[in-house]
Amino acid sequence: MRQIAVYGKGGIGKSTTSQNVVAGLSEAGYKCMIVGCDPKADATRLILHKKAQTTVMDLARERGSVEDLEIEEVLLTGYRNIRCAESGGPEPGVGCAGRGVITAINFLEENGAYEADTDFVFYDVLGDVVCGGFAMPIREGKAKEIYIVTSGEMMAMYAANNISRGILKYAQSGGVRLGGLICNSRKTDKEYELISELARRLNTQMIHFIPRDNEVQRAELRRMTVIEYSPGHPQADEYRALARKIAENKNLVIPTPLSMDELEGLLMDFGILESEDAAV
Amino acid sequence: MSTAIRETQKMIEEVLEGYPEKTRKARAGHLAANDPGGECSTCRVKSNVKSRPGVMTVRGCAYAGSKGVVWGPVKDQITVSHGPVGCGQYSWWARRNYYNGMTGIDTFGTMHITTDFQERDIVYGGDKALEAALNELRELMPLARGIGILSECPVGLIGDDIEAVAKKVSAEFGYPIVPVRCEGFRGVSQSLGHHIANDTIRDHVLGKGSMEKSTPYDVALIGDYNIGGDAWASRKMLEEMGLRVIAQWTGDASVNELGIAQKSKLNLIHCYRSMNYICRHMEEKYGIPWVEFNFFGPTKIYQSLRKIASYFDDSIKENAEKMIEKYKPVMDAVIEKYRPRLRDKKVMLYVGGLRPRHTIGAYEDLGMEVVASGYEFGHDDDYRRTYPEMKEGAVIMDDATLYELEEFTRRLRPDMVGSGIKEKYSYHKMGVPFRQMHSWDYSGPYHGFDGFPVFARDMDMTVNSPTWKLIRRKR
Repeated sequence: MRQIAVYGKGGIGKSTTSQNVVAGLSEAGYKCMIVGCDPKADATRLILHKKAQTTVMDLARERGSVEDLEIEEVLLTGYRNIRCAESGGPEPGVGCAGRGVITAINFLEENGAYEADTDFVFYDVLGDVVCGGFAMPIREGKAKEIYIVTSGEMMAMYAANNISRGILKYAQSGGVRLGGLICNSRKTDKEYELISELARRLNTQMIHFIPRDNEVQRAELRRMTVIEYSPGHPQADEYRALARKIAENKNLVIPTPLSMDELEGLLMDFGILESEDAAV
Repeated sequence: MSTAIRETQKMIEEVLEGYPEKTRKARAGHLAANDPGGECSTCRVKSNVKSRPGVMTVRGCAYAGSKGVVWGPVKDQITVSHGPVGCGQYSWWARRNYYNGMTGIDTFGTMHITTDFQERDIVYGGDKALEAALNELRELMPLARGIGILSECPVGLIGDDIEAVAKKVSAEFGYPIVPVRCEGFRGVSQSLGHHIANDTIRDHVLGKGSMEKSTPYDVALIGDYNIGGDAWASRKMLEEMGLRVIAQWTGDASVNELGIAQKSKLNLIHCYRSMNYICRHMEEKYGIPWVEFNFFGPTKIYQSLRKIASYFDDSIKENAEKMIEKYKPVMDAVIEKYRPRLRDKKVMLYVGGLRPRHTIGAYEDLGMEVVASGYEFGHDDDYRRTYPEMKEGAVIMDDATLYELEEFTRRLRPDMVGSGIKEKYSYHKMGVPFRQMHSWDYSGPYHGFDGFPVFARDMDMTVNSPTWKLIRRKR
């Protein structure tokens, strides 16, 4: 069983990308599971074809505690028998979503959600590693392989670099490795070159460059992955390619995060940031 | 430097040798030989800093200071331990703050109320559970005059907005709902909890009570928590002096009493450490003077009566003298009875923030000598008040560790040790007579003319119990 965590800046397309990748892996015959680790609970909608599934924490709240739940109530099966769970959690501004992730993952583990014949488990994690709870998927020997979704936008790159720092910490203590950057294109200047170079500096690879295509949007509106909605579309092939690359990926590294100056230097080298701008 | 100081310093150094170097260096600043004159520069201890990890400190937390000490005794207020059940359960009625009233009807001191956080309250926030609990409390206990929300650690970690809940509900209930941000991880000891509690009294209750008429003799008794009836013994004396006690803080106190202390002519402060903050505030804002006093043992009582009387007219001064005349024979008889049994006995004290210095006079009245004394959470101003009270060369300890307490006991060989419940049983095992000096070992009162005979009897009972002859004292 390979457990994989997907991180990246909020809104970068983690959920869309991971669900499409999982669809691709399933199509290729792998048995997969998705665990959403975000209170918004939108990591499984394209697989289950519904707005939001019943989450572990929401049901636990209703019943009293997680001990009152049955695994079947929160572990649902969708497209090509992909199994789906969502941690759930509070609305913004109250409580502790991180604790919710910890509780939910413990519940799934203790109740046998991780079946021995599962090939891939994907954790789709909230925007940034803001506290210990969101590092849960990469703690205690769970996900040992991480992919960061990014784009050529500066803030997405900042986030990718920050996440690498978190990985570095857990790489030293728990054997977590970075599998690569996934560039989810926003059609910014020199995006391919820029992210390739960022990946190189982080001691990793740009594992795939996903071009921007409206077909993704059209599929999403129908609560489907591109692979399910339009299997013959070129964009579906892009996700299949990414799925294949991940399945075959042997390039797992300890990242070498950049300092702020180095990151800005990189942007200047590509002529995206002028030195006068940096001074401001 | 005197021989006594030098010898004690040598002993302290020997004890410190048991530590690794870093700890030895850190702890050295917290242990000193007493120099009452204050000339010896190395004889002052460091205080109110973080305990060293790895040593066994007996300090409490901010919640203990706010809930256990200051807010807990207020009798017609319901004190809610907001968070998981453990903090409230283990601090339940631990200090025996006596009060008058019908528990569960108009007073709630011995009741234990908690919001009993579950995992879902952590994940989704506990504000709704809190509001529901407050509404239940209003229905169950309609005669409550206030509710205190005492925050436990997790509430601070998840950032619940208890202030907003308190504000909303307070307007509906028509009495103060006081949010107290006393999460245990804040500060270095329970001392910060006292300060936080003082601030919440200032912000939510002080000045909001009603009092019909004032007299020139109105005083407030501050920092007496009525442990075993202490505040009642003190109040009785103040009244006999001709003063009117308009408020007792917070032993046997009502919420209204917390709201009218600013109308007193003089604030009498017993536990300086836990309530000096509010006295300073009342001095600044309302111009009310405050005076420290000590009602442990006749010598200090006589001094304190005269000191308090000096703030008032001749009638009060005369009353004070009359009282001294009246009670002196009673006190002398107590001394006559117990002094022969306790004379020259050595005492080691390690208590909280007041008794390490305040009880010294009472022991001395009985012919006993305090050879070592220390505070769990005293500050520099407490130690400055302590040095002159003790003999030259006595041991002064700050935030002592269990190892240090044991070692000093072995070397000083005190005839009794006065400290808390955490120390009690290790001393019993060592075969050393021990008295629990936080809650008087289920006895009391110890304050005032009523208290001294009880104090003397208890110390005699402790030191001279035949039990100790049956136990081989550890050397």
